[in-house]
Order: sequence, then structure tokens, then C-alpha cells
Amino acid sequence: MTPILFVLAVGAVSLAGGFLGSLLGLGGGLIVVPVLTLLLHVDIRVAIGASIVSVIATSSGAAAAYVRDHLANMRVGMFLEIGTTLGAISGAYLAGIVPPRLLFVLFGLVLGYSAIAMLRGRRTSTEGVRVGPWARVLRLRSSYYDDAAGEEIVYQPVRARIGLFLMYIAGTVSGLLGIGSGALKVPAMDLAMELPIKVSTATSNFMIGVTAAASAGVYFTRGQIDPFVAAPVAIGVLTGAFIGSRTLGRISSRAVRSTFVVVLILVATQMLVKGVRG
Amino acid sequence: MNEPRWVDTAISNLLRGGVICSVTVIALGLTVSFVHHHEYLTSRSALGTLTRSARYPNTIGAVVRGVAAGQGQAIVMAGLLLLIATPVARVAFSIVVFGIEHDRMYMLITAAVLTILLVAFWVGAASG
Repeated sequence: MTPILFVLAVGAVSLAGGFLGSLLGLGGGLIVVPVLTLLLHVDIRVAIGASIVSVIATSSGAAAAYVRDHLANMRVGMFLEIGTTLGAISGAYLAGIVPPRLLFVLFGLVLGYSAIAMLRGRRTSTEGVRVGPWARVLRLRSSYYDDAAGEEIVYQPVRARIGLFLMYIAGTVSGLLGIGSGALKVPAMDLAMELPIKVSTATSNFMIGVTAAASAGVYFTRGQIDPFVAAPVAIGVLTGAFIGSRTLGRISSRAVRSTFVVVLILVATQMLVKGVRG
Repeated sequence: MNEPRWVDTAISNLLRGGVICSVTVIALGLTVSFVHHHEYLTSRSALGTLTRSARYPNTIGAVVRGVAAGQGQAIVMAGLLLLIATPVARVAFSIVVFGIEHDRMYMLITAAVLTILLVAFWVGAASG
């Protein structure tokens, strides 16, 4: 393969990754890393560096639209970022102490459980859930206009402290395993904080860039960011995220939810396989 | 219930600006690489050295020197660094925005996030 073909191929794959990632609140590394390593024979270290770039590109590319359209809840995002960034530091310290294989198995199981819980769905009405003092003081209540449903959706996030704790765990995991923690962030916002699914994926998108930026510096210093691989990834993902962020409002919440569950099962399987095979 | 309109617009524009700047610089760097190395369009062996070498600039100084020398790889790297800086700039900018809105609680929350983020960079630099 010639370098120009390589750039075009990586760009095309990244476009798909950015599109899917921006809809589901994931970084896009899910598609980019296996294609780079298995199909294009790129070194795994370089592929991981490119996936960090992909996470940041998905996040910034999509969040510009999500913030404007109120699909991302900025207050929820900024409050929860305290947890993810603290977790990133813990992860950096724990790396080397905790065996990664055990973690892959553990989080494969957690994600598998989340997928089943999300599949079963939750109560459709949040009435009856007491709004705790944290969610009230933090003024997390918000609304967005849902293009697919054709109405303004008003929602009240609950269990802010549990959400913060889960984000700390998500941040630690992404620091330890170098994987996008969007797969953990979305179920935490969906199941614990009871946000609408589109708000969960859009807010996850808003946050993952900050978590990834915290570790991107290390990858840069270690020489894991290969400009020739990362450039087509960045351009492709940004284009995909741009298209995706204009699509999320128009597709039904049901479709977003089921697609997310399918992808979550894939990620959980991938992690379990990694953990068992080593 | 929601933030005032201008807050959303300002933060959205900052993110869009960062993304547009970085993608322009990255595309420019890629173009420069291909113009300098015509063999990239035809050679099959050139790819191996591009995806396996460990000689990419990995300090800010090296990137700046490379950009000054007009190297495509260094220009791409400068664009990637702009991309990485965008979420950090968003957090820093939010402190100012909430300050203007006299929203002291969210000013404190975003300031805490920025502090933790800077500590994370420092911890990362020490361990990396």
C-alpha cells in the first residue's frame, strides 16, 4: 500500500468511527484501533496514540453542536468532570500495581451487566424519585428540543453523588487501560442519573475530550503520536463527528439506545477476550 | 433552567474555532509532506518507515523547530497539539464565562477541573 492510499483508507475508516462515536458518546477508538492494527498492521502503541487523538477529535467536533443544541447538559458534564479527571490521576498511579488482565475481565463483566440493564430499560417516569439536595443545588434540571419526537423534553437528573463516584471509576479505568471510558460514562448517566439517552451520549461526548487530553500529553512525550497515522484519523473523525452531531437530534431515542446496547455488548466481549487471552 | 444563550454560543464557538484551526493546520502539514515527498504517491516501501519509525517530534521545542524548517510532519504535529489543547482551553474559558455570569458555584467547579487537569499533566509528565 502506498502512503497516499493509507491516508485515504485511514481517513475513511475514521469518518465512520467519528460518526458512530459522536452518536453514542464513545471515542471512536473502538473502530479505529482494530482496523489500524489488524488490517493495516500499524504498531499497537501508535494505534493507541491515534485512538487518543480520535477521542479528542470526536469530543470537540461533536460537542460544538451538542452544547449549542442543549443536547449536552454542560452543568452535568462539568460537575462530573471532577470525577473523571481525579480518576485519571488515580489510574496513572495504579498502573503497574493492578494487573490489567484482571481489570479487562472485571470491566468486561461490568459493561455486560450495564448492557443487560439498559436493554431491560428503566421506569419511563422519573416522578416518585426524590430529587436529592446535590442535584437541586447544582441546578442540573434542563431541557432540550427533540427533533425526532417533535417536542421539548424536560428532565431532572437524580443521584448526582453516585454519578460522580461512577465517573471517578470510569476515569480510573480509562487511565489504567487506555480505553475510552464513554462505554462506562453513558450507562452511568443513563441508569444512575436517569438522563434521557441522547443527553447521556451527548454529555459523554462533551466530557471524553477532557479525560483524553489529560493522558494525551504522556502519549505525545513517549512518541506514540505518529503524525502520519494521527493526521488522517483526526481529519476523518472530525468530519464524521460533524455529520453525526447533526444526526443525533433527528433519530429516535429508541434507535440510539438499541445501537448503544449492541456496541456495548461488542466492547464487553472485546474486553473479556483480552482479559482471558492476555 | 438552561444556561443563558450567549454562554452556550460562546463555548460552542470556542470548540468550533479550535477544531477548525487544528484541522486546517493538520491538512496543511499533510499537503506539505506529500509535496516534499513525491514517492509517497507511488512507493509501497515508504509506508513502513512512516508508520514504524519512532523519530516523530515529541517535545514542544522539536515541533517548533520543525515548523520553522517547514517540515510537514512537524506542521501536522502542531495541528494535533492544537486539537489536544482545545478541551483544556474549553475548561479554562468556562471559568471566565461563569465568572461573567456571577455563577460562583460553577466557576469553582470548572476551576477545580482545570486544577486537577493540570495536576494530571504534571503527574503524566513525571511518570511518562
